[in-house]
Amino acid sequence: MQALALGVGAAALWWLARNTQANLEQHGLSLGFGFLQQPANFELADTSGIPFSPEDSFGRAILIGLANTARVSVIGWVLSILIGFALGILRLSNNPAWRGIVRAGVELMRNTPLLLLLLLLAATLHSMPGPKNAFEPLPGVFLSDRGLVLPLFERPRLVGFNFVGGVSLSPELAALVGALVLHHAAQVSEIVRGAILGVPRGQSDAATALGLSRGQALRFVVVPQALRAMMPLLATMCVSLTKNSSLAIAIGFPDVVSILNTTANQTGHGVETMLIMIAVYLILSLATAAMINRYNTRLLATGG
Amino acid sequence: MSSRAEQSFRAELSFRAKRGICTCLFVLLISACSSGAPAATARNQGTTLAAIRARGAVKCGVTQGAGFATPDDSGRWRGFDVDFCRALAVALFNDPNKVQFVTFTQQQRFSGLQSGEVDLLVNGSSITSSRALERNFHFGPVYFYDGQGFLMPKASKVARAAQLNGATVCVQQGTTTELNLTDFARRNHISFKPVVMEDLRAAVSALAGGRCDVISQDGAGLATTRTMLRNPNDYVILPDRISKEPIAPVVRFGDDQWLEVVNWVFHAPVEAEDLGIDSKNAATLAQTTDGRIRRFLGFEPGISDGFGLDPKWPYNVISRVGNYGEIFDRNLGPTTPLGMDRGMNKLWSAGGLMYSPPFR
Repeated sequence: MQALALGVGAAALWWLARNTQANLEQHGLSLGFGFLQQPANFELADTSGIPFSPEDSFGRAILIGLANTARVSVIGWVLSILIGFALGILRLSNNPAWRGIVRAGVELMRNTPLLLLLLLLAATLHSMPGPKNAFEPLPGVFLSDRGLVLPLFERPRLVGFNFVGGVSLSPELAALVGALVLHHAAQVSEIVRGAILGVPRGQSDAATALGLSRGQALRFVVVPQALRAMMPLLATMCVSLTKNSSLAIAIGFPDVVSILNTTANQTGHGVETMLIMIAVYLILSLATAAMINRYNTRLLATGG
Repeated sequence: MSSRAEQSFRAELSFRAKRGICTCLFVLLISACSSGAPAATARNQGTTLAAIRARGAVKCGVTQGAGFATPDDSGRWRGFDVDFCRALAVALFNDPNKVQFVTFTQQQRFSGLQSGEVDLLVNGSSITSSRALERNFHFGPVYFYDGQGFLMPKASKVARAAQLNGATVCVQQGTTTELNLTDFARRNHISFKPVVMEDLRAAVSALAGGRCDVISQDGAGLATTRTMLRNPNDYVILPDRISKEPIAPVVRFGDDQWLEVVNWVFHAPVEAEDLGIDSKNAATLAQTTDGRIRRFLGFEPGISDGFGLDPKWPYNVISRVGNYGEIFDRNLGPTTPLGMDRGMNKLWSAGGLMYSPPFR
């Protein structure tokens, strides 16, 4: 039975590949990845610190896109899990005010489209004062509609249109990370709440009976058991956060999808860039899942 | 970039944000699933014209943009590109309504043409060598000369593009928008910080909010974009044009008959303007003794009636759609919201670049 299913799958793939090949030939197109070595001829505003100039290749530009996607994802995972955990615990607080506020916030985030949140945050950040009227909360730190500029390595100064020197965090990056974290922290809080409620009530009762405080009971008894239930769901959340980061294109952050689109537009290699896109997300998702599964296995092996 | 005016009324937000992926899937689906789409090879000589006649309508690929292709209040397509599609319908069927309009984004357009979904693109595509030599598309005559430029607030007090060193430039993801911008910066030893948006409206709101100092697009696109800002008079289009964008209709490779029909239908409004013929006086010119006019309008047979075309098709086109000047003024001219100047698109005899080969 399984062999049959495998056979059907393989046959379908073979048919698709053959048909694609035939149609590409018919349309006078050929597949090839040689274009990756050609100079990109476009500039990138945010390069994750990797040096890039328009003379560099499309391949390098795509790698920078990948680095940008990875950077957004990792920051997003860490913040979503930290904030989500705190919210999840607050949802179970004995204080009804806390419970209500957190619940309202979580429901709002879970039931509105991520894109809407993203556009809202981007628009908010864009309506900050211009660089000439930038806030300077600390000497050398400037906050404006061009982002946050920090005096690392060099003190930033305003030259013409923009700040020169220092390290800057673009409003697009901030909006993207902000929206992803708000959206996914709400999901994490639900995962955490569900997992904690899934631990039999007897466990916390027993902990209380042993004289542990509520906080101690959570920390030493309930959460370690709940963690096992959370891990697979957190893995799913991380994977979907990475995929959702492709919404960056709506607000102008140069993630891997945005750069691949520009590459496809300039070179006309639409099919190849799409294959790269599929490969990138497949590898990112599988790697994320594998990483968390490994942690999960260790967690189960050590008994939490 | 050839992009003009890709804008306004596009589909729903979430759809748009993921369109990059969708477009690519679209490409793959076309490649993978269409077995035997009407592809363009030498075998297909004349098949496009035959298919159009069998269908009873021309399928015209357009890209939405105010002034170029947009449905009016009653859902009727109007615009500069639309009028050229209608001219084709008049030449073939003597009926400006025998056109089916198919809208494409800039990313979808070439795969849409290649897969046989439309007969031609009239959507602001520029002629470039790579499209002709690498990707095997044929271009008809240039019906609009354009170039990439800059739009920015008047308050910036910038007069020329070379003064834009260090500026943050918002661009819509196009085909060569980013390329032209980078080339210009390198030529002038200045640098830009690009913010590449997928949707033009996002770029417009970023300019209005001050996130960008300037927007860069094709000139025609800038005129359209300016009308989208709350106070258009607070913004200025800089005089510089940093690229050449000769806009022409695009057809598939390998069907010479169809290419020639497109060529001459696109020449006709220009030739008419050159000969002083417009939609109002065309009928009265039946009695003229001017041989050029008689031959052009088809009153002398054997001039433009190959491939089964009506000998009087140029007369039909001019009387029902108008000459080049009329088409321009009606859709883009000073009395329209776009308020564009003819500029390079004046007739050659008036110092512009519009020039039609003779009909004889």
